[in-house]
Amino acid sequence: MNKIPLILKREYLTRVKKKSFLIMTIVGPILMAALMIAPIWFAMMDDNEKKAISIYDKTGKYVSAFDNTENISYRFLTENNAEKRKDEFKKSGDYAMLSILDTLSNEFVLYSEKTPDFEIKQKLTEKLERFLEEQNYRKLGINKATLDSAKVSVHIQPKTLTADGEKDSSAELPLAIGFIAAIIIYMFIFMYGVQVMRGVIEEKVNRVVEVLISSVKPFQLMAGKIIGIALVALTQFLLWAILTGIIVGVVSLIFGLNSMPQEQDLSQLQNMSSGELDGIMGNSQIAGIVFGLMNFNWLAMITTFIFFFIGGYLLYASLFAAIGSAVDNETDTQQFMLPVTVPLILAFVAAQGIIKNPDGSLAFWMSIIPFTSPIIMPVRVAMGRYEIWELVLSVGLLVGAFLATVWLAAKIYKVGILMYGKKVSYKELWKWLRYK
Amino acid sequence: MEILKTQKVVKQFENHRALSEVSISVEEGTVFGLLGPNGAGKTTLIRIINQITAPDSGEVFLFNEKLKPEHIKDIGYLPEERGLYKKMKVGEQAMYFAQLKGMTKNDAKAKLKSLFEKFEVNEWWNKKVEELSKGMQQKVQFITTIVHQPKLLIFDEPFSGFDPINADVLKNEILALKKNGASIIFSTHNMASVEEVCDNIALINKSNKILDGKVADIKNQFKSNVFEIIFDGNFNKFEASLSADYEIVENAQVNATSILKVKILNDLSTNDLLSRMLQFGKVISFNEVVPSMHDIFIKAVNGN
Repeated sequence: MNKIPLILKREYLTRVKKKSFLIMTIVGPILMAALMIAPIWFAMMDDNEKKAISIYDKTGKYVSAFDNTENISYRFLTENNAEKRKDEFKKSGDYAMLSILDTLSNEFVLYSEKTPDFEIKQKLTEKLERFLEEQNYRKLGINKATLDSAKVSVHIQPKTLTADGEKDSSAELPLAIGFIAAIIIYMFIFMYGVQVMRGVIEEKVNRVVEVLISSVKPFQLMAGKIIGIALVALTQFLLWAILTGIIVGVVSLIFGLNSMPQEQDLSQLQNMSSGELDGIMGNSQIAGIVFGLMNFNWLAMITTFIFFFIGGYLLYASLFAAIGSAVDNETDTQQFMLPVTVPLILAFVAAQGIIKNPDGSLAFWMSIIPFTSPIIMPVRVAMGRYEIWELVLSVGLLVGAFLATVWLAAKIYKVGILMYGKKVSYKELWKWLRYK
Repeated sequence: MEILKTQKVVKQFENHRALSEVSISVEEGTVFGLLGPNGAGKTTLIRIINQITAPDSGEVFLFNEKLKPEHIKDIGYLPEERGLYKKMKVGEQAMYFAQLKGMTKNDAKAKLKSLFEKFEVNEWWNKKVEELSKGMQQKVQFITTIVHQPKLLIFDEPFSGFDPINADVLKNEILALKKNGASIIFSTHNMASVEEVCDNIALINKSNKILDGKVADIKNQFKSNVFEIIFDGNFNKFEASLSADYEIVENAQVNATSILKVKILNDLSTNDLLSRMLQFGKVISFNEVVPSMHDIFIKAVNGN
């Protein structure tokens, strides 16, 4: 009778019911949503702060340059004595004092008690520049309206030439998606691979294992554990994705941060040219992202992601299970952990370079070799920089490699779980592989 | 009828031989003691019967069939190295083990409830294992071993960790299981319990079986013709009358009473000794000294 489902169920339920799982599930998306929302949030908070600026205009010609806005109000001082004026400013509690002493010169002084805000300085500079520019236009007889109408805004639309014709593409977005995929796969292999190892050690330390393997085959026990924990990982991943979406959505609605166009809008946008879009969005960068999202090959990406996510996890989890079976406690795992984690870390570090050069020989080899392909291949697929035969080879090798590691791990596992009080060496492991 | 038979089972590890051609046979409805010093190979043999490891050569038969994976549900095994998942609830855990042995969910629940009732551990069902004392955990473990009503039970040091009261409860349960038709293999170093529960034994030393048979037969085999006598009379005259066929092994005097151990060296009958003593006084008691399993164990292992 096949008992894997029974084992799988226990492994899954005991982990999902843990408090730490619940906490991670809630805290994870909050952190992720915070990362996405925080920059916009901070920008908004700053905008809301009201500031008053004192202005001393000796020339009396700048009055029209400063209109009060929602956040900044201007107040003109008339005191001509410099020292008295400074005292008046200090008493007023205003944020800063701009002093204009010369007629139409480019030299201005901004007094404040603390170093003035970059933004305030920027705004004052802009106002003065615009004011002085307009004066110059008038002096030189240039019509402002004519000048404005001559201005252009340019948006470059990248297009790739494929067998099916040309396609709109965006360079930044696939790169970001590929890199995020690599981070997620790397993180989950590590987190849940180590969980498999801990689970095996727990059974060994609690001495449950001998009772268990008088009822089930060691292979079934290992397989049930690995698959059960894989499902925990997928559950966690899905919950994170959904919750992050919900949190970002709700927060956006409440605070009116319409950073992403809604879905109905997307279909409308699809029928417009990029020029029209430019007009609507008023920002060519957002238009680029929207076009990228619409034209990105989601099917290929999601399929590849899921396959390499699962394949990479199974490959590494079986190795982690073997390590767990060979030791008596977690501190002894160090010597075996190193060779297992090195390729994983290497792949992750290399991914950052491969993003810049996805067709290079480093990218090719790392996306073929099974120990690094789970992280590198999704990056290349996201960027659309791969050949079909490369993908097929990579998938084939990963399947082969994971069957081989499961087989090897099962042999080590079978001997290891009943071995106590023995410091295991690589030589010893080699012997175990040859046991019946 | 024979329920289990091993035939010339051999298991060789890297540096030592764990079992060399060990053959044992367990009769249905009996308690079979598997004895031997530490490291003799008992656990290896038990693991082979449980199909945890495979023998290098030799065969194992259960119900006259060669051992196969389906037999797992017919065996209940309480290993010496045992434990439970600390963070899991007692009831859930017992259900898990029962289902791993092939019971359906409903059967497992019904049977477990009645066993929990019987062992008076009902209120632990929803407790986590780590909240229980070591002895309580042993009780739960015992229940999970017998819940699927296996025909063959294997207990490796079942009494370790039990207080005398619970050890007695356990012993009675083992005897009750036997009465209900289960066959039991019982491995222990506690020789007193062997005498109380075992019908047959096998003694393994350094990978070889050195002794087996019915407990009563083995005891007879190890008898040394020594008699313990309590005697009220003239010891000196009695001693002087003894021929070379007798040897006084021990002699203690309390007032006029002598407590003696006398060995009959030749094939003489006990009646001869008795009638000789009656000439010099009154015999209060006269018993043959039967060797304990403890003595037999030490004698057999050292003599091997």
